Amino acid sequence: MTAPGAMSVEQPAADALKVILSGSWKLGGELPEADEVQKALQGRAGVRHLIFDSRELAAWDSGLLTFLMNLHTLCTQQKIRLHPDGLPPGAQKLLELAAAVPEKKDARQAEEQVSFLGYLGNETVNFFQSWGELLAFIGDAVIAVSRLLRGKAQFRRADLGLIIQSVGAQALPIVSLICFLVGLILAFIGAIQLKLFGAQIYVADLVGIAMVRLMAAIMTGIVMAGRTGGAFAAQLGTMQVNQEIDALKTLGISPMEFLVLPRMLALAVMMPLLCLYANFMGILGGMAVAVWMLNIGFLQYYNETVNAVGLWNLGIGLFSGFVFGVIVALAGCMRGMQCGRSAAAVGDAATSAVVTAIVGIIVSTAVITVICNFLGI
Amino acid sequence: MTEPEAHITVRHLTMAYGDFVLMRDLTFTVDRGDIFIIMGGSGCGKSTLMSILVGLKAPAQGQVFYGGVDFWGGDPPTRDRILRRAGVMYQSGALWSSMTLAENIALPLETYTDLSPARIREVVKLKLALVGMAGFEEYYPSEISGGMQKRAGIARAMALDPEILFFDEPSAGLDPVSARRLDDLILELRESLGTTMVVVTHELASIFAIGTNSVFLDVSKRTMTATGNPNQLLAESRDPNLHLFLTRGEILDNRIGKDG
Repeated sequence: MTAPGAMSVEQPAADALKVILSGSWKLGGELPEADEVQKALQGRAGVRHLIFDSRELAAWDSGLLTFLMNLHTLCTQQKIRLHPDGLPPGAQKLLELAAAVPEKKDARQAEEQVSFLGYLGNETVNFFQSWGELLAFIGDAVIAVSRLLRGKAQFRRADLGLIIQSVGAQALPIVSLICFLVGLILAFIGAIQLKLFGAQIYVADLVGIAMVRLMAAIMTGIVMAGRTGGAFAAQLGTMQVNQEIDALKTLGISPMEFLVLPRMLALAVMMPLLCLYANFMGILGGMAVAVWMLNIGFLQYYNETVNAVGLWNLGIGLFSGFVFGVIVALAGCMRGMQCGRSAAAVGDAATSAVVTAIVGIIVSTAVITVICNFLGI
Repeated sequence: MTEPEAHITVRHLTMAYGDFVLMRDLTFTVDRGDIFIIMGGSGCGKSTLMSILVGLKAPAQGQVFYGGVDFWGGDPPTRDRILRRAGVMYQSGALWSSMTLAENIALPLETYTDLSPARIREVVKLKLALVGMAGFEEYYPSEISGGMQKRAGIARAMALDPEILFFDEPSAGLDPVSARRLDDLILELRESLGTTMVVVTHELASIFAIGTNSVFLDVSKRTMTATGNPNQLLAESRDPNLHLFLTRGEILDNRIGKDG
C-alpha cells in the first residue's frame, strides 16, 4: 500500500513556487485541493512561475489531472506561468490536450429565469397553439376521410387488415376480463342496496342499462386508449425518429392517409363491435352474481334484462363506442406525428396520447350525456 | 460540349429555426448531371439545407428554383410534382420498418404508376440488383446491416427513375470499404443514368472522389464561403476555414508548429 497523495510547496527563488507531489494521486483517496496552492500564493505576491517536482509521485490518474486543471485555471487568472516540465510525461501530454481548446463560455445553455407572469404568458400561448395544432390535425383527418369516401385515399389494404386484427380480435381477452368484472361489481353494489327493499330482481335493470348505455363503451374506450392509443403513438413516433415519415412526405405520400387513416378506420369499425361484446360480458358478470348470490333464476334475469334495455340504450352505447374509437385513434396518431426526434420523445408521445385519449373520452361522454338528456332519450 | 443547364438554383436563401439564424444568403447553382456536394462542419446546417431542398422545411427567406420553377413560392401540388422527379436517401436509410425491402421499393411504384404487380416485381428486382442487393426482396430492414439499409434506401429513392437524387450523409457510419463502394455506386449511377446528385457529407475521401461541384457552409461566418469543384477549391481557394476543412486541419497544425 503506497502512501496517499500529498503535496507541499517551497520557494526556490523569489518569483517561483515549487509544488512537490508525492504518494499515490488516485481518485477515491483523500487528495489535496488546488486551494492549498492558492493559499500558499496569497502570502507570496511576487511569484510568476509555478514549477513541479514529481520524483516522489508513486502513481496517478484523473485525480492528479483534475488538480492540475484547477491549478491551470488558477494560474491563468493570476497570470502566473505554469511549467509542466516537472510532471510525469503522460500527465504533461494530457494537460496540454485538455488545455488546448479554451472552455467555451456561452456553450452552457443558461437556465433562463422566467418570471411568474412570463411563465403564465408562455403557458397561455402554448395552450392556444396546442388547440390550433389539434384543430389542424382534425381538419387534415376530415380531408383524409373525404378522400377515402371518394376512393382516392392511398393506403395499403394489408395494413388495414393487420391493424383491425390487433385492435379487434387481440383486444378481446382484456376487454372480456375488465367488462365481466365491471358487471360483477355493479351487481354487487346494487344488490346490497336493492336487497333492503326486497327488489333484488332490479339488479338486472341496473347492470343492463348501465353497461349497455355507458359503462361498456367507457371501459372499452379506456382499455383501448392505454392499449392501442399508446401503441399508435409509439409506432408513429418511432417512424418520426427514423425519418420514415419524412421519407413518405418526400415521396408525396400523405402520412395522414397512409398511416392515420387506416388506424382511425380500424378503431372506428372495431370499437362498436368490441362494445357489443363488452355489453354481453358485463351482463354475464351481473348474471353470475344474481344467479349465485341472490338466487334469481337464469331466465328471470334474462327476461328482466331484455325488458329493461331498450334499443335506444344500445344505440347510444354503440355510438359512444364509435366516437371513443375515433378519439383514441386521433389522439394516438396526433401525438405520434408530433413526436420529437429522440427516444425520450417517443415515451412522452405515448404518455401524452393515453392522457389525451382518456380526457377526450370523459369529455365526450359528458357531451353525449347532456345531448341525450336534452333530447330526452 | 454543350453549355451545362441549371437544374437547381438557390438564391439568397436564409435558414432559421425560430429566431436562430443558421445560415444566411446562400446562392448557388446545381447543374444537370452534377454530383453536387453540400459540405461543412458539424452543426452548420447541411441537413437543414437538404430538407429545404426536398420540401420538408420552409426557408426563412430566399428562393429555390427547380429548372426555373419557384419551389417554395408555388402551391403544394407544384412542390409535389417537382418532388415526383426527385429521390431521397436518408441518413439511416429510413426504410419503412414494417415492410419488406420489396414492399418498400414497390410502394412509390404502386402509388404513382399503373404497372401490373408482375411488372412492379421486375422493377423492384432490377433496382435491388443495381445497388448490389439482388435476392434480398423479402428481408425486413431490421434484418440487414447498416450499409445494406443505405443501399436499399438508394434503391427506393431510385424507384421512380428520378432526375435528381439526394443523399444525406451516405457514408456516415460505414466502414471505409463499404463507404468506398457506395461512392463507386453513386458515380456509376450518375454515369449510366445521368442523374443529378446532391450529396450532403463531410467525408473528405468522398468529397474529392465523387464531387464535381460543391458549396461550403462556414459555421463561424453563418454563410457559404465558396462554391465550385472541391479539387479546384483545395488548389485555389485562399479561405483559411475552407482549407482547414479540406485538409483535416493540417494547416492549423503546421502553423502552430512554426509559431511554437
